Amino acid sequence: MSAEIKWIDKPHPVSGVTNGKLGIWLFLASEVMLFGGLFSALVLLRTGADSWPVGHELLNVKLATINTLILIISSVTMVMSWASLAMKNLSKYKMYMAITVILGFVFLGIKAVEYGHKFEHHHFPSTSIFYAIYFTLTGLHAIHVIGGIIVNTYFLFPGSKLWQTKPEMFTNRIECAGLYWHFVDLVWIFLFPTLYLL
Amino acid sequence: MSKEHSPSFWKKYIFSVDHKIIGIQYGITAMIFLLIGFALVSVMRWQLAFPGQPLPLFGVLFGMSNAPGGIILPEFYNQLGAMHGTIMIFLGVVPLGVGAFGNYLVPLQIGAPDMAFPKLNMMSYWVYLTGGIVMLASFFFPQGAAQSGWTSYPPLSNIAPVGQTVWLIGMVFLITSSLLGSVNFIVTIVQLRADGLTFSRLPFFVWAQFITSFLLLLAFPPLEAAGILQLMDRLAGSSFFMPSGLVVSGEALQISGGGNPLLWQHLFWFLAHPEVYVLILPAMGIVAEIIANNTRKPLYGYKNMVGAALFLGFMSFIVWAHHMYLVGMGTTMSNFFQITTMIISIPSVILLTCLLLSLWGGSIRFNTPMCFALAFLPMFAIGGLTGLPLGLTASDIHLHDTYYVIGHFHYVVAPGTLFALMAGTYFWFPKITGRQMSEVLGKIHFWASFILINIVFMPMFSMGLAGVSRRLWNPTEYAHAQPTQVLNVVVSYAAWGLAIAQLPFIFNLIWSTFKGKQVDTNPWKATTLEWATPTPPPHGNFEREPVVLRGPYEYSVPGQREDYLPQNAEQ
Repeated sequence: MSAEIKWIDKPHPVSGVTNGKLGIWLFLASEVMLFGGLFSALVLLRTGADSWPVGHELLNVKLATINTLILIISSVTMVMSWASLAMKNLSKYKMYMAITVILGFVFLGIKAVEYGHKFEHHHFPSTSIFYAIYFTLTGLHAIHVIGGIIVNTYFLFPGSKLWQTKPEMFTNRIECAGLYWHFVDLVWIFLFPTLYLL
Repeated sequence: MSKEHSPSFWKKYIFSVDHKIIGIQYGITAMIFLLIGFALVSVMRWQLAFPGQPLPLFGVLFGMSNAPGGIILPEFYNQLGAMHGTIMIFLGVVPLGVGAFGNYLVPLQIGAPDMAFPKLNMMSYWVYLTGGIVMLASFFFPQGAAQSGWTSYPPLSNIAPVGQTVWLIGMVFLITSSLLGSVNFIVTIVQLRADGLTFSRLPFFVWAQFITSFLLLLAFPPLEAAGILQLMDRLAGSSFFMPSGLVVSGEALQISGGGNPLLWQHLFWFLAHPEVYVLILPAMGIVAEIIANNTRKPLYGYKNMVGAALFLGFMSFIVWAHHMYLVGMGTTMSNFFQITTMIISIPSVILLTCLLLSLWGGSIRFNTPMCFALAFLPMFAIGGLTGLPLGLTASDIHLHDTYYVIGHFHYVVAPGTLFALMAGTYFWFPKITGRQMSEVLGKIHFWASFILINIVFMPMFSMGLAGVSRRLWNPTEYAHAQPTQVLNVVVSYAAWGLAIAQLPFIFNLIWSTFKGKQVDTNPWKATTLEWATPTPPPHGNFEREPVVLRGPYEYSVPGQREDYLPQNAEQ
């Protein structure tokens, strides 16, 4: 009886991808629609408003720029961690993955400082429609960052045991986690100019 | 048998990762939700037929705050209406069509041992069940469940009682569940097809599930976005859907304003129109399988059907604002959506015509599944054709939000999709249990349902043309609704009769599981791969990997000893 599910660790000869990789791409497609829905909400609210505040007068562009750089660097270290696995170097993988996780936490820390400043000045989602969309979009993005940190931490510690038994499968998993992490990075690349600069 | 092959009861039947068990779990749960949804509307029908009179027998169950002395209050009536729609669509029909039939049949029909991600599959069922329980629990919150219609239009839904928040949380669960399910289906169909099973040899049912999964994957997230925005409005006090200067009960609300209620409608209908095709495509897939099998000839225009279904899926993303002609979006926008709406009717007609032409020259077996499948054709046609006047602004201005709309989409979903799902239940029951459902009870169920369901929905067109609004709690309070009030009484009796007509089905389902006539693995003499497995299929499905040699509907091939040639059979 052949109860084995195929194409878990090897790519399908026709589609050229493993099951997991196709799955993560489909998941990201639906994430694009989620953030796409929210971005179009922003467009509709902004074009319908009598006046719309200029982002950099209300928000802290300096902190957001630092955060942008942090996320971009973390994307690079994420790729390095995957490349280390491709070169069969687990300890290097662990180093780069640890840096990725730490950078994720730094991003959240800076975000928390930014939120704190807003709350100090009594700026809440209920203050104006601009703050409402600002908190919703950045908040949802932060939740995605937290999700990525959880996944990456899992692969840094307990998940990495798989390397001993199925190195190929583990490398594939890191690639999928990487795709997600890059997506989270990319969302921020869109969020930063739309909210802070324009 | 070794120990690992006999897992515990819990592992085998409750927390199973086997797609067949999960499919059955989906099926039973969805059927229970269909019954709950039916029960809710049966109570509504009392209020519509006999407004202000105490509901006999059951009236005392709802408590003083909902129905004092058995008389249904308007707030409770609104809850029943909103939850009937939500339960029927999101917890009944979609989980039955996609979760149950899709889960059980797709891996079997493509010759796979299971879904691509079995654990994800289990999770999607449990998340769905959680969402369903959250939805039901909302009735017990202060001031009851959601009461702003299944569409939850703000600003009304923004200022509704706490039940609306629970509704939104329930929806987040259901959206997550369908997201996990759709990813799983697409990966399974792309990656795990058996050797030789090319896309042009896929049974139409698998195509239908494939396209449906894309609709679920891409259309649901905007509703999730809308749900997040509404949760922010309700919990964090933002004003996404609250315009400036909103006045409620004579008092100006203390809000920042600047929002737009139309934003919700756009995001909601961006989901909810593709959702219509999520409801109808699996049904068409089931009907196609049953018609090909019971006419003993190939489907007419299989490739046209696949092309039409793909085009239908694509077009369904750009017709959504035909639900919003009355919001004043201007003639340019209205024209665009009128044109796309007329265009999308073309692939629907192609699909229906192909199914109809498939009957031509066939030697038709009128068994119960075939009766339901045949009834689907005219019922869906009535539903579809009555939609055309709604897709054109001039006629929609009169018909919008009337009982005509109710009649239209119920014809599509109830005698349409639900009949197809019934047909599928009768058809694949022998595969699941190894026993056949009783034909006598099946025919009673069919004819009673077929006659009564038409008496339920046909008069609604007349009421709608007379201008009766769909959300009236007491139609007798309005002069224009009084001439058609007698129809409400007729419809109500027919609806309760329809409920009784389901008893033979429920009995048949349970009785046949244990006592039905035993049949072999391929009782309908069908060609597709699910009939090439042992009955019931074991864990892992196939005894050896099937190799597919031909298309899905090789019936009555000239020169063959039998009138069917299975996809994997050596000649």
